[in-house]
Amino acid sequence: MKLQTATRLALYAVLELAAQPDQQFSRMEIAKKFNVSSNHLSKVMRDLGKAGLVDATRGVGGGYWFVGNAKRTTLLDIIKIFEPFPFDSTDRTEPGQETEVGQALDVVLDEISESIHATLDTISISTMLSIKDRIK
Amino acid sequence: MENIEPVNSEILIRDAIFDDLEAIGNIDAQISGARKPDYWNETFEFYSTHKENDFFFVAMNGDEVVGFIVGEIRAWEFGSSPCGWVFAIGIKVDQRLHKVGTSLLETLCERFKQAGVEKVRTMVNRADREIMAFFRSQGLMAGPYQELEKDLI
Repeated sequence: MKLQTATRLALYAVLELAAQPDQQFSRMEIAKKFNVSSNHLSKVMRDLGKAGLVDATRGVGGGYWFVGNAKRTTLLDIIKIFEPFPFDSTDRTEPGQETEVGQALDVVLDEISESIHATLDTISISTMLSIKDRIK
Repeated sequence: MENIEPVNSEILIRDAIFDDLEAIGNIDAQISGARKPDYWNETFEFYSTHKENDFFFVAMNGDEVVGFIVGEIRAWEFGSSPCGWVFAIGIKVDQRLHKVGTSLLETLCERFKQAGVEKVRTMVNRADREIMAFFRSQGLMAGPYQELEKDLI
């Protein structure tokens, strides 16, 4: 499974900020740490702000900080801000989907989808920080 | 049992006794919506006989049973070397987010370790988001086994 760049940046930023909720980090600091474009990060941070996950102060010494609930916010909550869940069913019918083979393929894809959904929907930011600490 | 300091100092973890079964059944019914007195009686009989690999603990807050956990060490099933299994865990709804579940699981895992096993496993319904998130928060990740099933009727 591959996440879009904006989604990945958002997860990096949220995890960085949530790891030290008492501190503010500038966009440049976050961009530098993950070696990503500061401009690209700008829109991502705006979207995270609109979603109520980060807040910011402007000016010298200003920056972003995490204001979400790290125990209740899941990876899926953040992913869904930036992209549709890749396996979400849509109204669109794929060619051949009504055939037996098409339906059989959907059964298998649904199984994969449910598993991915359950994983992303039950790993909170707090749990992710614990996973990160174990990797240290 | 050897005392293990729980994460929440107001919580005492001890072996389950017969008189706890009503409270355990109530907690389970609160979570699952179903009353299963026969199941809990049988589970208690099986796990409280203190075979060295079976564990049934309750969490006490004062005089009140606020949670329970059942686990067992099993070997070579599904080709797995000996590991600890968590078969059931339940926390009274109004006592959640107070480290009761963490205390129960840590106690059980400590007993598993003392018995020499290095891995703990459980199986969770994917739709049960809360319990899945709890085990995730305790560091459990997907293992190498995949549960498979099929309808027989």
